This record gives sequence, structure tokens and C-alpha cells, in this order.
Amino acid sequence: MTDATANQGPDGLLLATDGTPLKAKLRQSMKASRRRAFGLVLPLLLFVLASFVIPIIMLLWTGVSNDTYAANMPRSAPLMRAWDGSSQPTEAMAEAMVLDMIDARKAKTIGKVASRVNREQSGTRSLYTKSARRAAKMEPPFLDALVKADKDWADIETWRATKIAATSLTPAYYAAALDYKYTADGEFVEQDEVRQIHVQLFWKTIWVSGAVMLFCLLLGYPVAYLLSHLPAKKANLLMILVLLPFWTSLLVRTTAWIAMLQSQGVLNDIFVWLGITGDEQRFSLIYNMTGTLIAMTHILLPFMILPIYSVMRAIPPSHVRAAKSLGATNWTAFWRVYFPATIPGIGAGGLLVFILSIGYYITPALVGGQDGQLISNFIAYHMQRSLNWSLAAALGGILLAIVLVLYWLYDRIVGIDNMKLG
Amino acid sequence: MELPPYATLGQKIWHYTFYFICALIFLFLITPILIIAPLSFNAEPYFSFTEGMMSLDPEAYSMRWYEDILANGMVDPEQPRSWSLFWEWLWMGLSPVHTMPQGFFSDAWENAQWVRAMKNSFFIGFFATLVATVLGTLAAIGLSRSEMPYRGAIMSLLISPLIVPLVITAAGMFYFYSQVGLSQTYIGVILAHAALGTPFVIITVTATLVGFDKSLVRAGASMGAGPAKTFWKIQMPLILPGVVSGGLFAFITSFDEVVAVLFLAGPEHRTIPRQMYSGIREQISPTILAVATILVIISICLLVTMEMLRRRGERLRGIRS
Repeated sequence: MTDATANQGPDGLLLATDGTPLKAKLRQSMKASRRRAFGLVLPLLLFVLASFVIPIIMLLWTGVSNDTYAANMPRSAPLMRAWDGSSQPTEAMAEAMVLDMIDARKAKTIGKVASRVNREQSGTRSLYTKSARRAAKMEPPFLDALVKADKDWADIETWRATKIAATSLTPAYYAAALDYKYTADGEFVEQDEVRQIHVQLFWKTIWVSGAVMLFCLLLGYPVAYLLSHLPAKKANLLMILVLLPFWTSLLVRTTAWIAMLQSQGVLNDIFVWLGITGDEQRFSLIYNMTGTLIAMTHILLPFMILPIYSVMRAIPPSHVRAAKSLGATNWTAFWRVYFPATIPGIGAGGLLVFILSIGYYITPALVGGQDGQLISNFIAYHMQRSLNWSLAAALGGILLAIVLVLYWLYDRIVGIDNMKLG
Repeated sequence: MELPPYATLGQKIWHYTFYFICALIFLFLITPILIIAPLSFNAEPYFSFTEGMMSLDPEAYSMRWYEDILANGMVDPEQPRSWSLFWEWLWMGLSPVHTMPQGFFSDAWENAQWVRAMKNSFFIGFFATLVATVLGTLAAIGLSRSEMPYRGAIMSLLISPLIVPLVITAAGMFYFYSQVGLSQTYIGVILAHAALGTPFVIITVTATLVGFDKSLVRAGASMGAGPAKTFWKIQMPLILPGVVSGGLFAFITSFDEVVAVLFLAGPEHRTIPRQMYSGIREQISPTILAVATILVIISICLLVTMEMLRRRGERLRGIRS
């Protein structure tokens, strides 16, 4: 019907039926199908952004910005920020302070302001609430009036603490999360020895995650090996024993471990019955670090077994046979041939277990007791109990950064596409 | 894993030692889950086997903790219960809730704490699963197209709810949702659980789509079916096992989730895990073990369903293991 030359433009380009060059047409249709693919993803992308990403970003923002003081003490805040932090506080600063206190007391926000300043220097909470009560009756000169209300106002440290609180955008919380103190001069000083808890806690969390990962590997590797070398029927049957814990509720498993491990629990009863320990000296296996480690290993073990198993199943048995036929002993054949081939599975399982355990919250909270608490428990404590959201956000920001680095590593080594379930 | 006939003594010893070690690890995996079932029938308020239980004395076993599940929070747990009326009502199947026999059962349905927690769990789980499955399936189809732009980056963003520590997610949602008036509402918890469930849907549906033969869609299109028709008639039936198992994963995630509920839910939105959490923290009684046993039975049912779905999916796509 058409002869070949009709589909060619003047400069020899191939043309589509409507006369546009074929290349442009192809590009156009590629663009359309790209848009269609993107359109399918878009609803979820927006949903995840709105319900998950933005909340986390907003929370992290409070870790560097806290405008409690600036919002409620509008006159005093700019003056405090402008003050150099070492010269005598001026009368203007005192006047703004008193006027703001009168307003804040009326608006019932003085308590919030007081606790904000109190975080910078303890003892200032009562100073603020007390002074605010008397502020309405104060007369100029306000500086003297403040000092008369409480002599702490003569102490320059009070004003320096206020200056830090007045600065909305501040590295103070991240400094606090790393056990440093951010001073009014803009310097970072190490916290007192007794108040250095966070870095230690981070190391403890990493240490626990590493230990759980190691235990999971030690327990998971033999099981994965057994499962991948048994005939399919038997392996499927045994696989149920791995998958059932995987599908059982976290709370159920934690409850089960409480029943197992507590001092009147099943395990201790068995120990007493076997004569390993006396009825009076039962082992304390729970509400401490031991309990956290045992329960977390049990809960995360399937996440180690499944990736190693799927890698092991893909290793041809002929490789080990070949090594043996070339004179390798059983051990050499395993260690030099088989084991290196399973490293991708170990990497995938290990990283997954590490990532999941570093953010663990429920199990340590329920079976950890005092010394089994991890960084997540601290974040929850500051969110719900002490209400120091900015510190919680800073701790969370650091934890999130560690997790994201590991996630990136996981993506590089394993690939997110290769994540499998069950 | 069979021992060759020429194995040396050392090899034999190692072989059986290995089996023994594996048996111990399986014991470690499964004992805690199985042990709660007999313990939940304990007649005494303990978490351990009494002497009577060890000697299989029927007196030492009782159903009291299962009855306690209902009794908690009821106005009058002692009132007479007419089981025959209840079975009759249940037998009618679809009869509405308000025709439930008055007295004990309607009291339990309205007031019992665990029953309320169960209703909340199913309500939240259902809607979270619905949102996660619909959005996740659409996204997975888009993500498996080769022409999808920025595929890697978007994929890692959409999977990230699985990776980010739950406490950070929950704290962020608590902070943000309370500013927009969504904290302490069902919607807030549902949104949170849907976000946490979507990665599972994406992973399972994408895995199903790997084996999907695109020429089937083209064949359908060449015979005159529009995009909607090819989707519903060809693609959807084939990826359905993946969608359903992704949905099950999303449901179990919501059903098992407690951190977001701790942060976002008010007292009237308590779910089963939340109720268990405070049960473990405050007044630890074997009622928790009874609930746990019921939950284990539910997870066994889910496990069986998943396995059947997986086999069916592989058969449909012609993959044999």
C-alpha cells in the first residue's frame, strides 16, 4: 500500500504515519509510558511522604530548633540574642524581660518558658515562675527590681542560660545528645562525668545489636545449612519451625520468654529440678541484659536464617565435591569453597538483624529491666515522660543517621529488590 | 545430608553432633511458643508448671483464664449465660450485632476490655490493610515497569518504613499528627499502620511481577482489550496471590504493631498488642497467656494460608521449585 520512500522525510529520516520523525515519536511515547509508570507510583509516594517522611522531618527539625522562648518572650528574645554573653546585663534587657514575664504569666506560658531555660541551667525554673509572679508590681529600674525579687538575677550565668534558650536555631540538643554542653559563648564543653550517658548508651546499643547479630549468625547458620541440605519434603516441614516464630506476634513471643525466664519460670524450675542451682539461688535471667539478649536473638533469628538459606540453596553441591576430589579435607572444602559462597547471605541477614535490633524498643522495654534499656527506650522516655522533645529528636536524628548508613550499605551489598519475605 | 558408608568415626561423631546442635536450636525457636499453651490452662495464677500439672492432675488445669479474657471490664461477669441462645445467634451468621442475646454476651461484647481491643485491632487492621494494599499494588506495578524513572531512589524511599526504627517513626507521627489533630484518633493509627504495611505489599507484589510474562498483556491488547480490561482480566488474576499475601503481611503488621499505638492511640483505641503491653507491664496474670495462645493459633492459620498462596502462585506462573 505504501511505498518505502513515503515513510522517509526530505533529509532521509524515518517518519511515522503522521509525518513526524520516528525518533521524536518514539521519544514521545517513551515519555508517555514513563509518565504512566510514575502516575501509578505517585499516590503511594504522596501517601508515604505525607504520613511518614514529613512527620519524621518535622520531628528532626525540633532537634535543631526550639522556639519556646522566642515565641513566648518576643521582646526579650532578640535582645538576649544580641547580648554578647559576658558584659553586664543592660536595663533594656531587664525591662523587656519583666514586660514579657507579665504577658507570659497572663497567657499561662511562663511555665513552658521556665522549663525551657531550666534545661540550660537547673534551678532557673522556680526563679522564672517566682519572678513572673512579682513582675506586675515591679518598677524601674527593672534590673534592680529583678535582683531584689531573687538574687540569682545578679548571677551572669542566669542570663547566659537565658541567652541560649532565646536562640531558636541551636546545635545545643545535638551537643547534648553527644554529651557536650553548648555554652553562651558558642563553645562546646564536655558534660560533667556523671551526666555523660548518651554516648555510652549509643555504644551499648551498638554492642547489643552486634551481639544479637553474632548470636543469630551462630544459631542461624547451622540451621540454614541443615535446611538447605535436606530433601525438600523434610526441609519444608522443618521450615515451619522457623516460620511459625516469624509469624507469631512480637508481644506473644516476649510474653513467652517472660514465662520461660523469670525466677519462678520454666527454665529456672528445670535448673532447680536438675540440681544445677538451689531453690534459693535461682538465676536472674530476665529484667536485665541477659533477658534482652535472649529474647531479641529469638525474635530476630528467622531474619538471619531465611536469607542465608536462600543463598545456600543456590550453591551447586558439585563445588564442594570438586574441592574434595582435588584433595581438600572436609574442613578445607567447607572453609575455602562453601563458606565464601554463603557470605552474601550472611551479609544480608547480618545487616538486616543489625538494622532491626538497633532500633528495638518493645522487647527491651518489657524484659530489659534497668540495664537492658537501649537508645530507643531513651527516645521514647524523652518523648512521653520528660517531654524534652528536642533532645528526643536529636537522639533520634543520630540513630536515624546510623540506620540510614546501614540501609545504604544493605542496598549496595544486597539490593533492596532482593529483599524477600518468608 | 546423608552419611556416606565410608565415613570415619570422627565424621560420624561430627555428623550426629551437628544434628544434635540443630535440634537444640529448633528447640530454642519453638519451645517458648509452644510452652504458653499448657501454661495458659494453669489453675493457679502462676507462669510456671505446678506440681499438679506435672502429674497431669485434671484439677490443676482450668479454663479460668480464658473466661477471664471476657470477664475483664464487664459490668457483671457472673450473670447467667445462655450458650444455646448464643450458638443460635451465631448460627444465623449474618444477623446484626444488636440482636445478640441480651445479658452476658451483649455485656461482654460492649464492655469487656479484650473484646474491645479485638474489635479495635480488626477495625484498624482492616482499613490499614485496605489502604496499604491498594496503594502498594499500584506502586509495585509502576515500579516493575522498566521505564519507571528514578526507580532505585523511589523504591528505597518506599521501603524505608520497614527500616527506620519504629520509635522514630512513631515519635515523628505523634509530633506531626498532634499538630494536625490526628493524634488519639482512629484515622491517625490507621494512617500510621498503612504506612508501615506498604513496604510488605511492594516487596511481595514486585516479587510476583518478576515472573510475570508481559506478552500476555500484549496478547490481550492485540485482541482489543483496553488497559483496564487487560489489567483486571489478565494481570490481576495472575498477581493476585502476591497481592493477597502482601495484604496479609500488611494486616499482620498492623495486628502486631504496638509502638505507634502507644504513641498515637487514646485509651479507647487500644488494640490487642497494646492491651498485652500494659498487661505485661502492670498486672501480669495468665490471662495474657490465654490471649497469647489464641494469637498463636491465629498465626498458625495465617502461616498455612500463606503457604497455600505461595504454592498456588508458583503453579499459576509455571515456576516449579
